[in-house]
Amino acid sequence: MSDAPKPSDARKQEQRRKLLQAAAVGCGVVGLSLTGLLPVLTRKEQRLRPPGALDEHDFLASCIKCGQCVQVCPVNALKPADLFDGFGVGVPFIEPRKQACDFSCDVGQCILACPTGALTYHKPEFLPVREDMKVPSPPVLLAKEKEPEPNLNFTERMGVARLARPEACLSVRGEGVKGSARGESFKGRKRWTEVDRWGPVPVKDHAYDLERCDLCVRECPIKGAISIETVNGKATPVVHDACVGCGVCEMMCPAEPAAIVIDAQRPWSAS
Amino acid sequence: MNRTLDQLRLMFGGEPRKPEPQDYTPGARHIHATKKFTKQDFVDMEAREAAHRARKVWKKRRWAVLISVNLMFMLSYWVDVQLVEGSLTGSRLLGFHLIDLNAALGLMLAHKHIIVNLLIGTATVGLVWLLLGGRSFCSWVCPYHLLSEWAEQLHLLLAKKKLVKDHPLHRGLRTVIWASFALLAYGTGYTVYETISPTGIVSRALIYGPGIALGWVGALLAFEVLYSRRAWCRYLCPVGLTYGVVGTLSPVTVHYDLEKCVHEGECRKVCLVPHVLDHIIKGRAPAEHLDLGPDCTRCGMCIDVCQGGALSFSIAGVTKKPAPTKVPVDSTNEGKPS
Repeated sequence: MSDAPKPSDARKQEQRRKLLQAAAVGCGVVGLSLTGLLPVLTRKEQRLRPPGALDEHDFLASCIKCGQCVQVCPVNALKPADLFDGFGVGVPFIEPRKQACDFSCDVGQCILACPTGALTYHKPEFLPVREDMKVPSPPVLLAKEKEPEPNLNFTERMGVARLARPEACLSVRGEGVKGSARGESFKGRKRWTEVDRWGPVPVKDHAYDLERCDLCVRECPIKGAISIETVNGKATPVVHDACVGCGVCEMMCPAEPAAIVIDAQRPWSAS
Repeated sequence: MNRTLDQLRLMFGGEPRKPEPQDYTPGARHIHATKKFTKQDFVDMEAREAAHRARKVWKKRRWAVLISVNLMFMLSYWVDVQLVEGSLTGSRLLGFHLIDLNAALGLMLAHKHIIVNLLIGTATVGLVWLLLGGRSFCSWVCPYHLLSEWAEQLHLLLAKKKLVKDHPLHRGLRTVIWASFALLAYGTGYTVYETISPTGIVSRALIYGPGIALGWVGALLAFEVLYSRRAWCRYLCPVGLTYGVVGTLSPVTVHYDLEKCVHEGECRKVCLVPHVLDHIIKGRAPAEHLDLGPDCTRCGMCIDVCQGGALSFSIAGVTKKPAPTKVPVDSTNEGKPS
């Protein structure tokens, strides 16, 4: 066997080409992945994350994008995000107007399902509970208020409800609700314990006949989170600091678009 | 050089080296010196082996496994059988945590905090692939691998018609990519790689429905069809490298028997990582029996096309150890292999 031929100039050139090409492809792939930062930085409206989610940056870091939380949610409130979310691809979020988190699982099944602690009852020590996101006391779930364990054991809220368009609010306008809250084509579901303790039913199958709308208060799953108060002589929904931001009020609001909305990942403020 | 280390070097991007004269075992030297083929041998062999090659046994088995695994994930959610909940990056098999090794690594580097369930899932999966051969994950489980195999068929068809040409990239690229994403995860605190991971994207698309993220996967496949054959799995995917390292000492390997090899090179033509088969080139095998290195995905394509039965699956401790080649006394000190 003869010695290996010395690399000729042509071969050297070929190797150079291969190396440059690899560098170009490598930079392309890494560069492309880094564009995922753009949506994270430029997003105006924060995503509503599932209950027990860590602060957004840590949530994106610790979520393994497996969707186990998506699978266990009894009302399918959680969706894995698409590529538009950049680094948040595959990370679960809630669109409360379409399907709110109504805690029909009673405990936060998504928190229990999460394998990485991205959703958690107990934040790790290096992530202190944010004072402005803290719920004043463990939220009491009305559906199990009379049971030995009435609390939802997470410490921070997902967001907070806000009466964004009081002029559209049926209660403020003194109007009632007849039939289902969102019409026949609405696909969302919710649990009513008097209908079925464990099984959520379609919102369209739940009919009302109310003189004056109070659905945001009536259907709120959390004790003391919202009430109708007289403001400027009008019956107005007022959000209290027990609100966890689950979005049931936004989902159930018969006004179109909703008069009450969730400000995702925003702290509660008395104003 | 120790063969395991040398095979690791290959996996990280090094080029195969021709063994030095002193590296050959006496048996290998003897076989190299005495093996002769006539044209008629190949004609006979072709006739004998055509049926075997047409069967593509391992390809069928592998596709069946790959499709079943991914179908199990899909059905677990769709019809709520709850066998494996989650997707390939993280799941629960009958309640037991499983976490993808590369995703776990990125997450640990980005989040810098590891909870018990994450550790259990990662360790379990690590152990499984340590036993089954790290990159077996690639060819037996990863759904992108299957799409890429189809793209490869198209590429080869177009290449045959001279419409496209394969542009091999430098294999060291994958190591650089792996390190870049590890550093990025640690530095930015985001699991940057997951944004473009075709494994995660395809797995989630199968289970939770398609999205525009599949556009990226489509672009990758187009790149592989039109420009560089199997580019993602060969030169880019950091998941493959992670699993490759894990499977370095795996008992499940593809075994090579020099005696039976006819050196016609069909195996290298179908192989995703032909550098692990460098020793099938006549004169290069330093020993009569060799296990393919950690970059081998244990896909079995080489076994399917092997004419003389020189390649086979082997499980250390289970498969019977081959008897050493008998070397006539007078030929042990024969010169260089031809």
